[in-house]
Amino acid sequence: MSIEKPDGLTPSQTIGPFFAYGLTPRAYGRPELATEQVAGESVAGERIRIEGRVLDGDGEPVGDAMIETWQADSEGRFQAAGNAGFTGFGRAEATAEGAFFFETVRPGALPGPNGSRQAPHLAVSIFARGLLVRLATRIYFDDEPGNAQDPVLALVPAERRGTLIARRGADGVFRFDIRLQGEGETVFFDL
Amino acid sequence: MSLIFPRKGLTAHPLNNSPDYRSTLKRAPSQPLILLPHMLSETTGPVFGHVAVSETDSDLTRHHAGEPLGERIIVSGRVLDEDGRPVPHTLIEIWQANAAGRYVHVKDQHPAPLDPNFTGAGRALTDAEGRYRFVTIKPGAYPWRNHHNAWRPAHIHFSLFGPSFLSRVITQMYFPGDPLFPFDPIFQSITEERARNRLISRFDLDTTQPEWALGYRFDIVLRGREATPTEEPHEH
Repeated sequence: MSIEKPDGLTPSQTIGPFFAYGLTPRAYGRPELATEQVAGESVAGERIRIEGRVLDGDGEPVGDAMIETWQADSEGRFQAAGNAGFTGFGRAEATAEGAFFFETVRPGALPGPNGSRQAPHLAVSIFARGLLVRLATRIYFDDEPGNAQDPVLALVPAERRGTLIARRGADGVFRFDIRLQGEGETVFFDL
Repeated sequence: MSLIFPRKGLTAHPLNNSPDYRSTLKRAPSQPLILLPHMLSETTGPVFGHVAVSETDSDLTRHHAGEPLGERIIVSGRVLDEDGRPVPHTLIEIWQANAAGRYVHVKDQHPAPLDPNFTGAGRALTDAEGRYRFVTIKPGAYPWRNHHNAWRPAHIHFSLFGPSFLSRVITQMYFPGDPLFPFDPIFQSITEERARNRLISRFDLDTTQPEWALGYRFDIVLRGREATPTEEPHEH
């Protein structure tokens, strides 16, 4: 069978400001594909809560962003690898104040290139009005000793590495703000 | 067989730094992106089975008691990888304005009428050959405040997952011959003309249903191609 090679990738366009009734439609009474509850109660692992805000170059909240997360389970396995009830996929609409949260299990470590170990992390996509292509980042955790050997954090200049690390507060909640531009700009990856 | 995700096709995408689209000014990162070698978190991605989609989800004209106003259309096509092979059983989510150019979204202030029989959101899974099909209403153009007399060309938003975190994309499908193309900084943010034109669906008599609805074809090409023996399984 011969297959015609396509002309090229379908280009990205912005999610725009009006995605909620399609992608995060809780307020519209439509069923949601995924929410900020990433792991059901039956899923094994340490329960964690991550909270943050999406901020623009003026430090103003980005009130029309969608944040998606993708992660392994507590044993470092991805979806459909014998961990029923765990999708590993989260989706949240930022509030008018730019705020979001996820409740999940702490992911396990993962193998990296050349025998290295990746510290536990979530892969994150940010979509918003004004973003023509999604931004990709990672959420690491400040209490993980494996961060020091993580092959991705090692690629990031030391002075910016902290933007990828969620910090656990006295209340046990991890804080992770996403700054799209300017002072303290979050590290985004070229995928 | 394993998929690899070359980077050379990414030049099709717009840059976030596209100042003619004013919302980018305070939102586009100012620091260069850091090249990320593809590891497990990137080469895997969520899978959505039939549980995510009901039969009527792909017919946006049947979500309410009555029929929506406007021009009924059939939008169909295939989802393919960079080699042209089908991407089967992958989720597509769409949303759009109604025939008058008004979104259901609570923040849309355009003084055009809402249609009580049209919400404008749908989902579908591709079949084993990567095919999908939606029935909907042709959306209207609508004004926005990017610049004086700014109007968006009619479009349908498409959100796709594909096989991995790397293939995730959100885009917009346009309609052939729209006179607003030259004036739209979002469409024009794609600098390669050939790439831009890939977002324009084409009228298709074969999928047009007599006495019923016009057919538009829109194929979508996601990242990922088959590794050949000479290639590394991961690009570093």
